[in-house]
Amino acid sequence: MSEHILLPEGSIEKQTTTLNLGPTHPATHGVFQNILELDGERILKSTSTVGYIHRAFEKIAERRPLYQITPLTDRLNYCSSPLNNMGWHLTCEKLLDVKIPKRVDYLRVIIMELARISDHLICNSIVGVDTGAYTGFLYVMQFRELIYEIYEEVCGSRLTTTIGRIGGFERNFTPKAFEKLEKFLDKKTGYPAQLKEFENMFTRNRIFMDRTIGCGPIGAERALNYGFTGPNLRAAGVDYDVRVHTPYSSYEDFDFIIPVGTTGDCYDRFLVRNEEMWQSLSIIEQAYRKVQEFKGAEAEVFHADSPAYYLPEKKDVYTKMEALIYHFKIVMGETDIPAGEVYSSVEAGNGELGFYLVSDGGRTPYRLHFRRPCFIYYQAFEELVKGGMLSDAIITMSSLNLIAGEMDA
Amino acid sequence: MTNETIKLRLTEKFPDVLTGWEEPYGMLTFTAPKDFNLKVLQFLYDDTELRFRFLTDLQAVHYPDRTGEELAVVYHLHNLFDNVRIRFKVFADITKPDVFSATALYQSANWMERETYDFYGVNFLGHPNLIRILNVDEMDYFPMRKEFPLEEQTRVDKDDEMFGR
Amino acid sequence: MATNFEKVVSLARKNSIWPLPFATSCCGIEFMATMGSHYDLARFGSERVSFSPRQCDLLMVMGTIAKKMGPIVKQVYLQMAEPRWVLAMGACACSGGIFDSYPVLQGIDQIIPVDVYVPGCPPRPEAVLDGFMKIQDLVNAEGLRRRHSDQYKDLLAGYGIQ
Repeated sequence: MSEHILLPEGSIEKQTTTLNLGPTHPATHGVFQNILELDGERILKSTSTVGYIHRAFEKIAERRPLYQITPLTDRLNYCSSPLNNMGWHLTCEKLLDVKIPKRVDYLRVIIMELARISDHLICNSIVGVDTGAYTGFLYVMQFRELIYEIYEEVCGSRLTTTIGRIGGFERNFTPKAFEKLEKFLDKKTGYPAQLKEFENMFTRNRIFMDRTIGCGPIGAERALNYGFTGPNLRAAGVDYDVRVHTPYSSYEDFDFIIPVGTTGDCYDRFLVRNEEMWQSLSIIEQAYRKVQEFKGAEAEVFHADSPAYYLPEKKDVYTKMEALIYHFKIVMGETDIPAGEVYSSVEAGNGELGFYLVSDGGRTPYRLHFRRPCFIYYQAFEELVKGGMLSDAIITMSSLNLIAGEMDA
Repeated sequence: MTNETIKLRLTEKFPDVLTGWEEPYGMLTFTAPKDFNLKVLQFLYDDTELRFRFLTDLQAVHYPDRTGEELAVVYHLHNLFDNVRIRFKVFADITKPDVFSATALYQSANWMERETYDFYGVNFLGHPNLIRILNVDEMDYFPMRKEFPLEEQTRVDKDDEMFGR
Repeated sequence: MATNFEKVVSLARKNSIWPLPFATSCCGIEFMATMGSHYDLARFGSERVSFSPRQCDLLMVMGTIAKKMGPIVKQVYLQMAEPRWVLAMGACACSGGIFDSYPVLQGIDQIIPVDVYVPGCPPRPEAVLDGFMKIQDLVNAEGLRRRHSDQYKDLLAGYGIQ
């Protein structure tokens, strides 16, 4: 005969649980903390804390000449460093009034779109991992290795690339780099075939659709008010893309569409990113064909003619006086930047990455501010998960593509 | 819609109040007195011709040499319909840096203002939750102001001469 | 390493290390590449990465540790059960890296004892595997009584850990 222990009336009903979805998460999303108040499994309220990887980029940038800031921009959205680097170089070129030759623009487009593919690839496969499908991640990471190899041919580094210079690239793309690019773009054995397989696994998969449809939706008006940009905004229905609205680096010469979703939920974000990867592949092919059209002397152009900001060639440094002086000034960081303020932005993996540079004529920026898309749209997280379940919050977090380095800077 | 028409509309609505008209690198920039910031933002939002309904960026700059106006809060706005951007600044005195908060109009201003408070100490009146966001909560100074150093001061193993501080 | 029993235990321990990937920033992505099929950490016995400190052997700190995150790293270290090892991956975890600024902890060895440092920004996966193999060497050479010795207790006391 067992005795039932009767709990006093009202002791456990109508009490909410506080759950700390702490800074150390499994699934390596990044370090940010969410304190959730749960009623059973429904989320009533969530408070986010960020700053666990605040590294004071903006203050460091006030001490460094323009070149030394490029490694800092790498570490913003570290899944797609070349996009950040190019954004910074474009800002400097706007301030310094440097004109970029077409071939350099097209090479930059190739690198930027590769970076975009590598960012969206991680985001989509991690959404897969969070719903329980680990294999998709392993399959596409192989192609991220191929992208790393292409970066290595150009700049020597895999992840935090610091690729390019103010005015172009540090060296011309070797034939090996183009060979690797062709291997990546190959329709049968390259990334397009793998992306097709990845799509087949997820897009019409019953379980995946049930998990992600209706999870963390946001309307277009609300998204604009929250300052959303990038794939998250496009999934909500607004076709704002910096590449089309303020074209930079000759993007107006390319033919691509902007995929747009309807409800802004996780499934739409997944589909938008997926389609953007296809569009990026198409842009890379177009850019590669355009680059191959340059023949002879034009095919050797890989930087702008700007001796004050681009390191001169070593043989000139040893023989000509001006080249020696420029080399010294650039390396020692003694070139003065013209005074003024400029705001320039690029379409990074997560949205509009803006750089607000204020210069007072000195050698280092007076103030440099990064307009970081992740930081701005993470505010909406509370509204996105309210009323949903805990596992939906996890998927929402991963489908928003939150990168802690960009959030905290 | 050109910079000229925007300037005309703004000077019509706020005569003799807006100053500092410039166009660095093509972006129209102007300054308003501290107390007018919400009025200007609201006008730019509601006006059927101007329609600046997207707050791209909000941050501050510290000018220690401009006594009486050391902290500048800079708003970057974007009109997505006609694809035009403008920049709008308000200056505040460092001894009493109170600026009205734009959170009621733009939800994205919430954390951007917290970041500005955290780094510069600008007190946004009417903000729902003005506490530090990126730095540790116990910090008692505003690190981005020009008078504070970059490096950690308690470190003993880095030699200042060798590391060029 | 006196007895055959110790040899067997060391062999078992070194080939079945379960790491806890404490990934904060860019080095975390390089770790994901190391775990992927190209560089494969799983062949060293780390098929299962544990995210719970109670079940792991090796704490791999990857990425910059800010002062806000410091107490959390310490908490995770304290929750680990003996024998435990720590690998600092990346320049930021070893010594603060390129971020010589006020919010960044200049190296995790200011708060927890570290066994192997893997420098690099980020270190290549081959370097991580090399560091991992050094951990394996340390595990192999450690006796069964090190964790009870006075020297070890003094080491921990130096960090304020009981």
